[in-house]
Amino acid sequence: MMPPIRNALLRQATTCLRQTQPTPHLHLSRNTTLQRLLSTLAILEQREGKLNHSSLAAVTAAQRMGGTIHGLLAGSNVKPVADEAAKVDGLEKILYIENSDYDKGLPENWAPMLVENIKKGGYTHVFAGHSAFGKNLLPRVAALMDVQQVSDITRIESEDTFTRPIYAGNAVLTVQSADTPKIVTVRGTAFPSGAAEGGSASVEEGVDPKTPCPTEWVSENLAKSDRPELGTATRVVSGGRGLKSKEEFDRLIPALADALGAAVGASRAAVDSGFADNSLQVGQTGKNVAPQLYLCAGISGAIQHLAGMKDSKVIACINKDADAPIFQVADVGLVGDLFETVPELTEKLGSQS
Amino acid sequence: MSKLRILVPVKRVIDYAIKPRVNKANTAVETIGVKHSMNPFDELSIEEAVRLRERKKVPVEDILAFSAGPAKSQDILRTAMAMGADRGIHVVEEKAELEPLCIAKLLQKVVEEEKSNLVILGKQSIDDDANQTGQMLAGLLNWPQATQASKVDIEGDTCTVTREVDGGVETLRAKLPMIITTDLRLNEPRYASLPNIMKAKKKPLQKKTLADFGLDGEKRLKTVRVEEPAARQGGGKVESVDGMISKLKELGAI
Repeated sequence: MMPPIRNALLRQATTCLRQTQPTPHLHLSRNTTLQRLLSTLAILEQREGKLNHSSLAAVTAAQRMGGTIHGLLAGSNVKPVADEAAKVDGLEKILYIENSDYDKGLPENWAPMLVENIKKGGYTHVFAGHSAFGKNLLPRVAALMDVQQVSDITRIESEDTFTRPIYAGNAVLTVQSADTPKIVTVRGTAFPSGAAEGGSASVEEGVDPKTPCPTEWVSENLAKSDRPELGTATRVVSGGRGLKSKEEFDRLIPALADALGAAVGASRAAVDSGFADNSLQVGQTGKNVAPQLYLCAGISGAIQHLAGMKDSKVIACINKDADAPIFQVADVGLVGDLFETVPELTEKLGSQS
Repeated sequence: MSKLRILVPVKRVIDYAIKPRVNKANTAVETIGVKHSMNPFDELSIEEAVRLRERKKVPVEDILAFSAGPAKSQDILRTAMAMGADRGIHVVEEKAELEPLCIAKLLQKVVEEEKSNLVILGKQSIDDDANQTGQMLAGLLNWPQATQASKVDIEGDTCTVTREVDGGVETLRAKLPMIITTDLRLNEPRYASLPNIMKAKKKPLQKKTLADFGLDGEKRLKTVRVEEPAARQGGGKVESVDGMISKLKELGAI
C-alpha cells in the first residue's frame, strides 16, 4: 500500500471510531480495522554481532499497540543478527542494512538512513528504546521528518495517545500526537522484552542512502563487569554518599550485590565523590531502573534519585537518618549504621544461598 | 582558524530542588508562586562556553545566550550574562510553553542570523525531560552532534568530545560547526559574583517575538492530562538485619 493512502485510511478510520465511541480512548483489541492499518518500525540495537535484548522494548511497546511490526538493524555483518531478531515474537519483517558505517550508531548517517526506510515503508509509528542510542538518534530523525517526538513513554493509551513522566517522574503527562509518523522512544523498564523466540519474520535488505558521516568515532571506554546490566537487572544494590569513600563503597556494595546476584548502582552524590563510575548512576540524569528489588544503603532519597528507581517492585533501604526521604518510599527500611548492617546482611544472605 | 561564535540556549524552569505539584484541574504543573531558576544543564552550557574563552586555545568572538519564554526568562538571561555571556536574545512568549521542535526551528534561524558555529545546549530540561532540542537542531542544520558531553576539547576547527553513553563513555571528533549537549559531569558552573551581576545589567539584551522569526509556536502535541504519579506506600521500618531479611522474603523479593 502506498504510504499516503495508508495515512488517509488511518485518519478516516480514526475519525469513524471517534464518532461511534462514547469515550475518546480507542479500544485497540476490538479495533481490527485500525490495527490493520497501523504499522510500526522498531529500531533494534546490536553490538558486534549481538542483538541488544533491551532494545526489544520497542517491539514490546509496538505489540501492545497492535498492527504490523517491522524491525530494523544496521551495521557490519548484520545479517546473522537479523536472522536472530526474526525469531523475536511479534515481528513480521526485519529490515537490515549491511554497512560498517552504521556500526557506531552515529546519528549523522543513521538519521537520513532511517528517514529513507520510514518513508519507503510508510510506517505510522517509529519506536526505539530511550537508551543513549535512541535518545541521541530519534530526535534528529523527528526533526528531519518535521515531527514532534514523544520521549520516554511508559504507557500507550491508543495509537496516538501516550503517557510519559515529566519533572523527574513527579508528574505524569498524557499527550496526543497529530503527527505522522509518530516518533516515540520507550522506557525499557515499562515495556520489558519478552522471549526472543517463537517468531518467524521475513528478513529483507533495507534502503541504504549511504549518507557520508561528518563525525569520526574515536574510541570508547566501557565499564566491564560480570554482574547483570544495571538497566535490566532484576535486583539492584545501590550505594550513596553514606559510604564515605571509594574504598568503603568497593568493599561493601559489590559484596552485597554478589550475595543477591544483583547489579550495582549509585547515587549522583556517590558518583560525584568518585566512589563509583558514572555509568552506575541511578536517577533523573542517570539510568532508570525498575527491578524486583532495589536495595540501597547510604542514600537519602533526593527527588532526582527517586526519579530513577521509584518504579521498583520492592524498595529496601538502610540509612542511619530515620527522617531521610528514602524511608517514605521504602517498603522495608532499616535505621542503622550501614558499616555494621551491610556486612551483616551480606553474610546472612550469602550463607542462605 | 575560525573564531568561535557560541550560541547557548537557556531555559527557565521550576527550581530543581522543588517538588512540583499537579494543579487541581489536572492540566499542568503549578508554576505560579513557585521558585524558578535556570535549567541546571544550561548552567553547564554557559560555563563551558566561558571556559572555552578562558582556555584561550581558540579565540571566542561571541557568547550569545538565548531564551524563549515568558518575560521572567529575562532573569535567567541576566544570570547567563553574569556568568560570562556577552549578550542575550529573548523571544518573549507568554501563552504556551514551546515544544522542542519549535525551539529547534527558532534556534536554526538564530544560528543563521547570528552566524554561530557552535551551539552548546543542556542535554535535557528538567521540566519536560524530553532530551530532544539539541539533536533536532543538529538535524535541521545538518551539523554534527555530540550529545551528553562530559569533556569538550576544541583545537583549530576540530572538536573532540567525550560522551556519556550506556555502560561508559565514547569519544567523537568532528569539525565545526557543531552541536554539543552537556551532561552533568562536564564542569562545575561558577557562581555569578556581585560585580558581574551588576555588569550583566548593562549587557545588551534584545527582545524579539516568534513572529520575527516567522514561527507561530503552534503545538503538535495536545496535553490530554497531567496527573500525580501513583503514590508509594512506604514507611515499613524494621529493627534489625534479620527483620529486613524476613520482610524481604515475605514480599517475595528474595
